[in-house]
Amino acid sequence: MTLEDVSSQLESAFPEIAGTKVAFRGEISYTVAREKIVDVCQHCRDVLAFDYMTDLTGVDHFDVEPRFEVVYELYGLPHGNHLRLKVFAPEGDPAVPTVSHIWPTADWHEREAYDMLGITFPGHPDLRRILMWDGYPYFPLRKDFPLEGKPSEVPDVAFTRAAPLEGGPFVSVPSDGITKEREPRARHV
Amino acid sequence: MPVENAIAYDTKIEGNVIITRAEAVINWMRKNSLWPMPMGLACCAIELMAAASSRFDMARFGAEVMRFSPRQSDVMIVAGTVTYKMALAVKRIYDQMPEPKWVIAMGACASSGGMYRSYAVLQGIDQLLPVDVYISGCPPRPEALIEGLMKLQRKIETEPSLRTQKPAITEALVS
Repeated sequence: MTLEDVSSQLESAFPEIAGTKVAFRGEISYTVAREKIVDVCQHCRDVLAFDYMTDLTGVDHFDVEPRFEVVYELYGLPHGNHLRLKVFAPEGDPAVPTVSHIWPTADWHEREAYDMLGITFPGHPDLRRILMWDGYPYFPLRKDFPLEGKPSEVPDVAFTRAAPLEGGPFVSVPSDGITKEREPRARHV
Repeated sequence: MPVENAIAYDTKIEGNVIITRAEAVINWMRKNSLWPMPMGLACCAIELMAAASSRFDMARFGAEVMRFSPRQSDVMIVAGTVTYKMALAVKRIYDQMPEPKWVIAMGACASSGGMYRSYAVLQGIDQLLPVDVYISGCPPRPEALIEGLMKLQRKIETEPSLRTQKPAITEALVS
């Protein structure tokens, strides 16, 4: 099965995502509606033999609505093809249905996306923080979180302080521009 | 052996008697058996292992016995990046070490946070523990660690070990 076969089979099963196909340097991506992501993932694994989830990550498009994005990187060991799926979630309701029952590895990846960006995954069996500790009040990879951090305190567990930054503050610019323009840089205020 | 011979002049004993101060003897013993608590947290721990191994051989300075129990160690070598998640665990292990105890901050991260000016990294272990020796480097070479260990030995030599015990300890001894 080639990547073209994958593409045509997926589009025949889910005609509504055909228009979102992006092909770039031999890789294809589809954007899927939130309500359909579990069905599409189930189809990808059971019918199209994408039995290996390489990665699941979250993206913060600060100042752009919908703000949050979840990216699913899939790989099929029997046929050796990659497939990328994307789901968007608005800032007011950053919830994407879990796929941890389809690929067990998504369990920890979804916990990481929740920990770092605050995206929730309804249906997840154990949605706790995975890198930071329980009780840490922020989502540190959000674009509006300062690079140097914020003070916090959970007694007997951990504390944080803002780090000294020479030449700072380093802040992201709310923008839908390219990364070079929005990435954290020292800015004269 | 007849009794009168035992109290007579004995060259074997008299030739080996050294007159010194108790403090100097205590410091000499302490500095030559510094058992490290290897607080290996990142890549500095690899250099720490190399320093303890045969090529660099920290055993020459009495520091070869890596004690993974804090109860048995004298010097905590904080080797690596101290994240906030780990910080209080490091403090707890330090608190479990018996007095007298010393701390070596090995490498840029343990000394100052290093390149991690970040929400997740403690900006130097000296914010939690009293550090005796800072070692620069990212990571430091084993030679640098041994130099730091020798610096700590020279510091211990000059410590008034009997006169300036921590008040809590002297009070506990008196009561």
